[in-house]
Amino acid sequence: MKRRSVIDIFLGGSLAATIAAFLYPVIRYILPVKTTGATQTSVTAAQAGELPPNAAKVFKFGSAPAVLVNTAEGTLVALSAVCTHLTCTVRYDGDTGTLFCPCHNGRFDLAGNVLSGPPPRPLETYHVEVSGADIIVSRKS
Amino acid sequence: MKIPLIRYFVAAALFVPLAAFGQKNSCLDCHARLEDELKAPAAAFPGDIHAQYGLGCEDCHGGDPSQDDVDRAKDKSFKGSPKRAQVPQFCGGCHADASAMRAYNPALRTDQLNQYWTSRHGQLLKTGDTKAAVCTDCHGVHGIQSAKYPKSQTFPWNIPQTCGRCHADKDLMAGYKVPTDQLEDYRESVHARALFEKKDLSAPVCNDCHGNHGAFPPSVTSVASVCRQCHPSTGELFTKSPHKKAFDDLGAGECEACHGNHKILAPSTAMIGTDDRAVCTQCHDKGSRGFEKAAEFRRQLDGFETGFRAAEDLLVEAKKKGVEVSDAEYRLGDVSTLLVSAKNLTHGLDEAEIAKAVNDGEQSLAAVKAAAVKALDEARFRRRGLAVVTAILALFGLALALKVRAMARARRGEGSPGSPGPEPS
Amino acid sequence: MAKSIGPNIWKFLDERFMLSDLVAFGKKKTVPEHRRSFWYFFGGICLFLTGIQVATGVLLLLYYTPSVDAAHESVQFIMSEVKFGWLIRSVHSWTANLLIGLLFVHMFSTFFLKAYRKPRELTWITGFILLVLFMAFGFSGYLLPWNELSYFATRVGTDIAGSLPLIGPWLKSVILGGPEVSQATLSRFFWFHVALLPLAALILIGLHVLLVQTLGMSKPIGEKGKKEIPFFPDFLYKDALGWTVILVLIGVLCVFMPWEIGTKADPLAPTPLGIKPEWYFTFMFSTLKLVPAHILSLEGEKLAILAFMAGGLLWLLVPFLDRRAGREERSPLFTWIGAALAAYIVTMTVLTYTLPKL
Repeated sequence: MKRRSVIDIFLGGSLAATIAAFLYPVIRYILPVKTTGATQTSVTAAQAGELPPNAAKVFKFGSAPAVLVNTAEGTLVALSAVCTHLTCTVRYDGDTGTLFCPCHNGRFDLAGNVLSGPPPRPLETYHVEVSGADIIVSRKS
Repeated sequence: MKIPLIRYFVAAALFVPLAAFGQKNSCLDCHARLEDELKAPAAAFPGDIHAQYGLGCEDCHGGDPSQDDVDRAKDKSFKGSPKRAQVPQFCGGCHADASAMRAYNPALRTDQLNQYWTSRHGQLLKTGDTKAAVCTDCHGVHGIQSAKYPKSQTFPWNIPQTCGRCHADKDLMAGYKVPTDQLEDYRESVHARALFEKKDLSAPVCNDCHGNHGAFPPSVTSVASVCRQCHPSTGELFTKSPHKKAFDDLGAGECEACHGNHKILAPSTAMIGTDDRAVCTQCHDKGSRGFEKAAEFRRQLDGFETGFRAAEDLLVEAKKKGVEVSDAEYRLGDVSTLLVSAKNLTHGLDEAEIAKAVNDGEQSLAAVKAAAVKALDEARFRRRGLAVVTAILALFGLALALKVRAMARARRGEGSPGSPGPEPS
Repeated sequence: MAKSIGPNIWKFLDERFMLSDLVAFGKKKTVPEHRRSFWYFFGGICLFLTGIQVATGVLLLLYYTPSVDAAHESVQFIMSEVKFGWLIRSVHSWTANLLIGLLFVHMFSTFFLKAYRKPRELTWITGFILLVLFMAFGFSGYLLPWNELSYFATRVGTDIAGSLPLIGPWLKSVILGGPEVSQATLSRFFWFHVALLPLAALILIGLHVLLVQTLGMSKPIGEKGKKEIPFFPDFLYKDALGWTVILVLIGVLCVFMPWEIGTKADPLAPTPLGIKPEWYFTFMFSTLKLVPAHILSLEGEKLAILAFMAGGLLWLLVPFLDRRAGREERSPLFTWIGAALAAYIVTMTVLTYTLPKL
């Protein structure tokens, strides 16, 4: 009889430990996460007024860089900044109003079209929306 | 009268298939029945770009393709095949005539013949050397395809082979004071790898540096302009550096002196420094300022690159252990760009610029390394957690097993419900 | 006072839920014990794994978004940012595969033990329908991460459905929610996976388990032993032991081989070489690939699909076809048929991964 009750305690105790071991990750999972951008379908690329005309900013969109350009005329455009040649990051050239890849001299216009150089495909363009003080960039559906 | 009308209809109906199938072409019909070299034109021509524009044998060779009899077909207008020395003018008859070409393809250039006469091939041909390349050697004949199509002899990844047919042939090139190892060298180059392995059609082939119709080896001073077409930032840095004047004074080809011309390999930090593999010691002797600077640049770049590879290895290890590291990988990509740009800056020889680039890079690298270490900690945490939970589960399993055994014993002693009675243990 | 809290709670609930009657009923439940009673555990294991799927699935619902713009990213988020997200997701993916494998084992063990014979025909039928439902669970769930493999596997799979005579194109568009794999498909598959199929499975599992309760466990034909053990708690403890072992296995798999996220689906990209559906469909997939293009002027693939459907129907109706088993006589013919089918499934599955040309 005594042996049985020791086993019962052992059984009850290990069961409790098992339940606890499973509840811990579940509870931590449910508690909210402290990081930004749950889903990278849209990102706040910049604040309104942050970019002067004829200037650009590279920002992270999903897992790749993207570029937000404030054109000389004051319109905002956003494109993927991954050069379609060998994935270097393109940068904005204010003198010519084009996106330029420093690796092999590839050049794109602000609609993403290849103007010159080795890139074989155009850059993907994104949708830009100004919402209050934020400039939000999202993928075109 | 009805009958003549019907005859007209029948005659017209008989011509319909002819019209549908195109004009009769006795040249192709006869030559298709011949052997080897005489059959080849007929076999290849239907795929030729000229055929697609509606041109036929008679448009280049003359003659009358509607005639079955060979003597009648080869009438007064028949020109036969041109001799090698006459090929450029033969093709140029149309291709150098802008108003003639406008009828077929207004956007096509018509200066190829002019360019050809400025080329080494053209110059040799003028002196009577028929071994020199003419149009058909590069473009083929009768099965010519647009250079935009992969089967064309002048499609980018076929060009090295096309040029190499002569230029890599020692016997053919004997007598000209030109080496024949260019094709072999090119095939080992980073440009060839980009072209043949990565299928990057923008990679330079023979004509991108030498010109095609006006082909001529670039002079020592013009090699660099050729490289600058795709590598402008490097060229700019070089122009600003003290090397530019020094190389000009020496009469040395800028890029070529260190990187070669055909066998251009992927550059690495090993090219900079003071050991045997470095190019700096070609000019800079031990103890000179250049020598010291070379050693310094190498030291800085090596430090940065070693740190980069270490961070990369850590990320690979974390990834293999199942931890999600795409964010750190993204930032590593940024650092990789900084590393490439730091290496590029060595062409400018500006100590301050290079030091700053290396410094910036190493700072970004620190963040990546921290993320990698965090990822490895996570991998360790998971394995420890598994060990703990497995231990708890093992204890629970043991408790269950003991309980089951105890209950079975108890039941055997008392007699369990449904069993026939106590069994001998 | 403290000692009487437990009994007081019990008394409170008993008066309202008639718990004592339930307990009395439960105490009477027994499970036969004989040479083959080991196979009895598999049904419970499948139920346990289903429970795990429901729990992890509900947790995944908290962070998953069924939109083509966000699905892949949300899975990425779960794997990298959410605490223990990697664990919940990997458990869900691994358990899905284990569950389907064990369902096949459960089905074949009951087949070979002829547990389908009278009066358990409906248990067999609900069981087979459940297998089909769970394979549908697998097929619909596989698309949800919206990665390259799942997008193309869905396309290939629905193309096969679309090739059925007469109803094919209509069926394909109903499954896909349109002419091709798109947002409509993702929404629809999500609906299948978290609403329609769980509801159907709940009903069928309910019926299946109820039948096991009312009819008890089937004993092999000719088994004369009368040894029985109580279900509560003896058999349940043994069940729990098996479940514990499976949990350890799942834990090891998730830590050392977490489920991959894959690259986001790109509908414009060409189909990757060697695209295959998940392993539990590969025996059918490889059969379709190996079948000759034409058999007696009929399209080979369509013939094979119809053969599968006919085969499935016959398999479903086995309780009514196996007369000998119904008379409690040994039925070696059906044993051989089952063995041949099992061998065929295993062989075709292995061939899919070993034959390079497939």
